[in-house]
Amino acid sequence: MSSLFSAPERQRYRRHLQLAEIGEAGQLRLRQARVLVVGAGGLGCPILQYLAAAGVGTLGLADADRVELTNLPRQILYGPADVGRLKVEAAASALRHLNELNTYVLHPERVSPANVRALVAAYDVVVDGSDNFPTRYLLNDACVSLGRPLVSGAIYKFEGQVSVFNYQDGPTYRCLFPEPPGAAEAPDCNTTGVLNVLPGLIGTVQATEAVKVILGLGDVLSGRLWVLDTLTFQSRTLRFKRDAVQSAINLDTANAADYFDVSCAPITPASLTAEELRQQLASAAPPLLLDVRGPLEFQRRHLPGALLLPLPELAARATEVPRTRPVVVYCQSGVRSARAAELLRSEFGYDNVLSLSGGLEEYAE
Amino acid sequence: MNLTIALFGIAREIVGQSTLPLTVPDGQSAAGLLAELRTRYPALAGLRSLAVAVNSEYAAADTPLHEQDEIALIPPVSGG
Repeated sequence: MSSLFSAPERQRYRRHLQLAEIGEAGQLRLRQARVLVVGAGGLGCPILQYLAAAGVGTLGLADADRVELTNLPRQILYGPADVGRLKVEAAASALRHLNELNTYVLHPERVSPANVRALVAAYDVVVDGSDNFPTRYLLNDACVSLGRPLVSGAIYKFEGQVSVFNYQDGPTYRCLFPEPPGAAEAPDCNTTGVLNVLPGLIGTVQATEAVKVILGLGDVLSGRLWVLDTLTFQSRTLRFKRDAVQSAINLDTANAADYFDVSCAPITPASLTAEELRQQLASAAPPLLLDVRGPLEFQRRHLPGALLLPLPELAARATEVPRTRPVVVYCQSGVRSARAAELLRSEFGYDNVLSLSGGLEEYAE
Repeated sequence: MNLTIALFGIAREIVGQSTLPLTVPDGQSAAGLLAELRTRYPALAGLRSLAVAVNSEYAAADTPLHEQDEIALIPPVSGG
């Protein structure tokens, strides 16, 4: 029987072909596998490197971010020349050098409820290296909806966790952590420090499990959560079971709020320009002006008719802000007013509040 | 009875140490232990998902605890 692999490929993958548990049939499964790696950051880099080198035939890279200087110590596919490039593009260039035989599919977008179904449906296995809870719950639910195994890894400072969810009717992320954590529980959002080699340790364990899932090799880390603390070098494996209610939650039945985290969302409040405000103030229904600076700043200069409500007092005095009339919040340069408008919208449900872009500095007397 | 609880992630930061010795009534359940810890460390009450592991098994709320049990509090982490 002639080989399914060329002579150079047989040479390249010889150490796999020599393993009775893998052999040509296993290497072919790797070549035919389509794996989606979500997040091309600390975890994504080692995951992608090992899966690419292993000869996983189709690798999807999903990440909307660009390489930053702070990424370099732990995101080892990138160098200083990549700063500013899209991560998926920089990663794909590096991976093509590593293994030119695979197909790399670039998804330079944030995984969202709008695109997750199509993304996950195009792959056999999903590997989660994302950096926030909403994406983790979204990927879990999409994998449940579409019947895909989810190789999950996550890190925090000196600790990491790995598990394989939704594998052959095994438990899901929600069986382990039923309630999506709130903002106070997620100090991550790229703001927490992390030991640089930690994602290397955790990401290579994820790559190991992804290869096992593809090959049907050994005992996959399903129904078990592996927890590593590098400081004490203690690791634990926590066994957990499928919960009938939690494991049934999918994209169609989940609470949409699980996929949105106010604390991590970029602050892009609705705003208006100085020119637009001038026009509105001259109209028949002028907006109420809300000045969120301090009393001294207010005394120095304020817009006629403005109500003073300093930002630190806003939460306690939010009821003073009308809901039935358009409101424009302003401050000196537009920063405090953007926060105020966001606070009123997200915490108090106001939908009639705009922030003056550029603040008084842009609004000539 | 005396228990020793291993803490991970943000639970470790809230308590301020990686293991916590604690004396609880005999026959205390996993949920009872969590309630006790939340009284002592109110910030723990803010954690919506916090897995309790007893002898490397995910503990249901009514799982009874014993003095020799290996107990760990494991919150989810999200970094990548």
